[in-house]
Amino acid sequence: MVRFEAVGLHYGGQSGRPAGPEVLHDISFELDPGVFCWLLGPSGAGKTSLLRLMYLAVRPTRGRLTLLDIETSSASRHVLPALRRRIGVVFQDFRLLPHLSAFDNVALPLRLAGRPEGQVRADVTEMLRWVGLARRTEARPPELSGGEQQRVAIARAVINRPNLLLADEPTGNLDSVQAERLMLLFKEMNRLGTTVVVASHNDALVARHPAAALRLASGRLESHD
Amino acid sequence: MAGISLRPARSDELGLRRALSDRMLPSLVAAMAFLAALALAGWTGAAALSRHWQQGVGSSLTVQVPQPHAAAAQGNGDRLATVLAVLIGTPGITAARALSEEELADLLRPWLGAGAERLAIPLPAVIAVELADAGSDLAPLAHRLDQAAPGTLMENHDVWIRRLAVLARSLQACAGLAVLLVALVAAAVITVATRAGLAARREAIEIVHGLGATDRLIAGRFAARATMLAAVGGLAGAVLATPVLLALAGLAAPFGGGAPSANPLSALPVGLWLALPGLPAAAALIGWLTAQVTVHRWLRRLP
Repeated sequence: MVRFEAVGLHYGGQSGRPAGPEVLHDISFELDPGVFCWLLGPSGAGKTSLLRLMYLAVRPTRGRLTLLDIETSSASRHVLPALRRRIGVVFQDFRLLPHLSAFDNVALPLRLAGRPEGQVRADVTEMLRWVGLARRTEARPPELSGGEQQRVAIARAVINRPNLLLADEPTGNLDSVQAERLMLLFKEMNRLGTTVVVASHNDALVARHPAAALRLASGRLESHD
Repeated sequence: MAGISLRPARSDELGLRRALSDRMLPSLVAAMAFLAALALAGWTGAAALSRHWQQGVGSSLTVQVPQPHAAAAQGNGDRLATVLAVLIGTPGITAARALSEEELADLLRPWLGAGAERLAIPLPAVIAVELADAGSDLAPLAHRLDQAAPGTLMENHDVWIRRLAVLARSLQACAGLAVLLVALVAAAVITVATRAGLAARREAIEIVHGLGATDRLIAGRFAARATMLAAVGGLAGAVLATPVLLALAGLAAPFGGGAPSANPLSALPVGLWLALPGLPAAAALIGWLTAQVTVHRWLRRLP
């Protein structure tokens, strides 16, 4: 369950730096476990900031944010790593580790969770085959195309079967066939119980996969249907 | 599927092999360990010299008996025999021996020339006394000797021993301070290297942190790397310092009252042989602690 209660966010204000203007204002909504939800809005509306709050890259400057039944606004730093391991994220800029192979990038969440190496091998091999990168396991991100890097990022986000899956413009570097394939993966994850939130500009994709949507404009939540 | 792809990358998710270079940090730590070895040698050297002086000079004193062959104030013998008897009968005195006339003449020759004995100067007898404990209180003994043979003078080396002991303690304190400073500089060097590594791997750390890595895991990776590099540097410094210390020990041997030892194992004090392997261990400990503290403090900026 994801619950925002009058959440506000501004960057800065730490380590003596002046606080910037508030980028999200009074955001309140609730997502039931296992829903699929689009996050929509024009550029600069605050979609990425909202996602950053949901994958715990920042904490709210005001209000209460509950993720997977843990109230994160006041939670100790020590409880957050375990919570982060239950959240999968597909970043717009992939955020892969350039010095690790595709295999090791995808294996990272499993290894951080302390899974046995045998299981890591089996799961990562299967996942890389599923995203069509079975022959590229040893390639490092700089040797992969944009689309291939994105598929590695997607594989890394879902390898741990997260309870909450977040994606920021995940189809930006994919052709329409791969984009549809990705949507099928997200829906399959959702069917298995994962809460999925996808930020997208791709109106055609949204139209093809109608679902609940959070609409943001100028840092405010316009609608939640 | 290529077998190599299956190797765990657990040890270097953060790419620290390049971020914390295996050249600069070990070289600097090696230089620190070399200096620490020299300072430790100074420390043990000053301690050994102090011990040697205290044993050699501090435990001996000289007693002068004027008119040695006159009758003593107490007892039947002459003054010299009476004083010797008192000395030998005193607990804490291991030996008391009157110098022969030849020995006395040898002592006086630099001052009075070869014919000192022909000058008809009334010379006192000189008794060399060895004490079991250099620190014993000699005032009661002096009093008893004066009673047995008035005019008897006892000359001990207290003042010199105290001055030399202060000098030796000061030298040891300076050497200890040097070791401490070297350790602090080593910690500062490792802090700077760790911070440079944090800056170079900031993005990787943020990614791994975002995937759920704990502070402990991230700090542990840095600490493992810093420990290894510091230990290598400490080992290199200790190995480089050993021949230098052996050469210095050879040069210093005559001042300690011995000849240069042909056996390298006995050329250096045991304490120094134990301290040298301790240098890589100490460097490793400083590396581990410094990296842990630096990384934990840095990670506090992340949510």
